[in-house]
Amino acid sequence: MPIKPEEVRWVAPPRMGLWERLYIPAVLQGLGTTLSHMVRPAVTQQFPDEEPKLPPNYRGVHRLNRDEQGRVKCVACYLCATACPAHCIDIVAAPSPWPDREKYPEIFVIDELRCIYCGMCEEACPVDAIELTTLYDLTGLTRREMLFDKEKLLSVYDQTAAAGTDPPRTRRGRLGPASEPLVPINQLGPSSGVGANAAHPSDNRTDSERAVAAKASSEA
Amino acid sequence: MAVITINDKDVQLAESERLNLIQAAQRAGYEVPHYCWHPALTVVASCRMCLVEVGEKKPDGTVAMQPRVVPACQTPARPGMVVRTNSEKAKAAQAATLEYLLLNHPLDCPVCDQAGECYLQDYSYKFGRGYSRFKEDKIIRPDKDYIGENIALFTDRCVMCSRCVRFTREISGTAELQIIHRGAHAEIDVFPGQPCNNKLAGNVVDLCPVGALCSKDFLYKQRVWFLKSTSSVCPRCSTGCSITIDHHKDIVYRLRPRANPQAQGWFMCDEGRFGYKYINAADRLISPMVRHDKHTLYVGWEEVLPVLRRQVRQAVTEAPESAWLVLSPWLTCEEAYLAVRWFRSLSPQTRLASGPVPVVGEDDRYPKDVHGNPPPLDKTLFTIRAEKCPNRLGVEAILKHYQGTIHSFDAVLEAARRGEVRVLYLTGGYPEPGWTSEHCTALEGVGTLIVQDILPSPLTSVAKYILPGAAFAEKDGTFVNHAGLAQAIHRAVQPPGEARSDARIFVDLLERRGLPHAPALRAELASEIPCFAPLNAGQIGPLGVFLNGEGKP
Ligand code: SF4
Ligand code: SF4
Ligand code: SF4
Ligand code: SF4
Ligand code: FES
Repeated sequence: MPIKPEEVRWVAPPRMGLWERLYIPAVLQGLGTTLSHMVRPAVTQQFPDEEPKLPPNYRGVHRLNRDEQGRVKCVACYLCATACPAHCIDIVAAPSPWPDREKYPEIFVIDELRCIYCGMCEEACPVDAIELTTLYDLTGLTRREMLFDKEKLLSVYDQTAAAGTDPPRTRRGRLGPASEPLVPINQLGPSSGVGANAAHPSDNRTDSERAVAAKASSEA
Repeated sequence: MAVITINDKDVQLAESERLNLIQAAQRAGYEVPHYCWHPALTVVASCRMCLVEVGEKKPDGTVAMQPRVVPACQTPARPGMVVRTNSEKAKAAQAATLEYLLLNHPLDCPVCDQAGECYLQDYSYKFGRGYSRFKEDKIIRPDKDYIGENIALFTDRCVMCSRCVRFTREISGTAELQIIHRGAHAEIDVFPGQPCNNKLAGNVVDLCPVGALCSKDFLYKQRVWFLKSTSSVCPRCSTGCSITIDHHKDIVYRLRPRANPQAQGWFMCDEGRFGYKYINAADRLISPMVRHDKHTLYVGWEEVLPVLRRQVRQAVTEAPESAWLVLSPWLTCEEAYLAVRWFRSLSPQTRLASGPVPVVGEDDRYPKDVHGNPPPLDKTLFTIRAEKCPNRLGVEAILKHYQGTIHSFDAVLEAARRGEVRVLYLTGGYPEPGWTSEHCTALEGVGTLIVQDILPSPLTSVAKYILPGAAFAEKDGTFVNHAGLAQAIHRAVQPPGEARSDARIFVDLLERRGLPHAPALRAELASEIPCFAPLNAGQIGPLGVFLNGEGKP
């Protein structure tokens, strides 16, 4: 939509007084800032000599989770590939070799160089099979090396699960929110009270626990 | 002219028109959800998805609505009728039906092949609820992969619309599918040991509105929302079924029939449906080749075409009668026209012949009766023709125009045996190599053999020049079916490697500038050859145009 001329408001820069036009005070002020940093404690982290402290919800290299039987959890639904804005996930599905599943990924490749680490794949996955870990120091000598295949992505899982660095968002060992009982809209409380006594999909307390908690909070 | 009111809109009906309320509502721009009704099948009104409110306009202007909802698919549109497809009562009935359909539905959309083109998804989104009130355990039934060679049944996902059952009873006449058990335990099944393998069986996969019947060929290959669709014509027999090519990243994944009352109706046969695989074959010809003694050399188009053009021109100047061009019935009309234009521009005495026309058995008509015999001609709903090529009529019309008589391929072989062929330009495009080693021996004495084809064959191992052409999904053009219906085909994927569409090769040989543009060529063809005159607009629409003036769309 073009801007109408009457909507444009012209603003003139404030006029400088004598003090500003001397410039010396501004220069000294700047020098003061610089000098004050010399005596403050340093916040620079000396990467790579020092390990940086990253927030736990940092989004780094992907992992493909395993289910409780150690099989790849992914069901090859392509939803991550559909959601991915960088088009960096390539999946080839096949009928699964296990009786309890229809489909599994025969090939699953993420181009870690093309990825923008947005986490949309994690959001899209209906079975929480793909997650972004806190691993950030991702290096390789060739582009091909940075195409992470299924085995590599599963090994990232093994590595992070063993080291206890599951992403805080992880639902490893639990099914996705879609599989949890949903409360019909009309039984949800007023919008501000959703957290109080209604079952938010991520709330895995039983009904009675939730009722007790709600009572406690209303009494408080 | 009768008038019927749908919601707030008046719809005009012609006297002879017999529409049901789903069709009448469609005309008014309202969608009535439906599963069991399909325009090609009988009405059973069993799914109850299409419930609407109906009433009548009284002479005094008041509207009296019936107290109950009725299935729109089974209710004929009558003049003066008032229909409410989106009243509270109708909407509640539709939502309730959906809720019942979803009671035992597994909702495994992420791994269901139908997701993205599923009517259960679409209708749930538009007419259903966003949540389930069902607390009990769902009934889980085993999948049946024995339903047919090309069909798998995911039993849980079935909504019991019986479209598939009615198809095998009414269209193929083979009646393999049936509903076993009753009520919530009803399932689709085949008689033991009698799988659904008739030649039209693949259609039940398209008919199935949900992901219950799936094509084993396409299963898990690609998610449908990645596929791009291009309309085309099936080349596997002279019925010329209108189809849609679904493709992604230059790979053809599946063919689906496209409804065309002028061509085949609603369906297509399995031979055509699964007969696209040669396009993706690994041994396709991908580069022009020239033979030097025992070796063939890969060469570029820029090198081979001038040499070829010069050599053919020289041979034609010396003995025009011994230069032959063979037009395969797999060429489009535009390609055949360009080829003839080029060859005849060298000399009007050059010979034109038609390529071998593959004929297998007899026309196969459906629905079969209980003994498996074909129906009488006037009761035929679908015909798989014996002539296994898409464009014999189109190519012959061009040959007739330029030469009067049509030399058969046998005449070419005969002349070759007598040593009267100095240059032979053979066009191919057959999905199963059309050339045998007998052809090879017969053509031994040919001076310069040029083969333009898509797959290797005995002939490509003796030809002097081998030019890689394109398959039907890789080019634009026009096919003329057995009844003279000219239909457009469109390019869906790129030819492999260096291969080029045949039209482009002939445009280069003709030394015309630019790339071939099908609508322009079609218009040119129409102005040059009288029997193609109906194509003069260049655009022939999705349903095609009859060349003999029949059945105007
Ligand atoms: S993080 Fe974003 S860019 Fe990377 S794979 Fe996932 S969706 Fe694609
Ligand atoms: S979204 Fe999840 S289950 Fe689906 S393909 Fe991606 S990782 Fe696999
Ligand atoms: S049939 Fe439709 S609703 Fe059912 S699982 Fe498949 S896509 Fe989902
Ligand atoms: S299998 Fe499909 S077409 Fe057949 S009854 Fe079930 S839902 Fe209908
Ligand atoms: S479509 Fe009308 S009842 Fe099924």
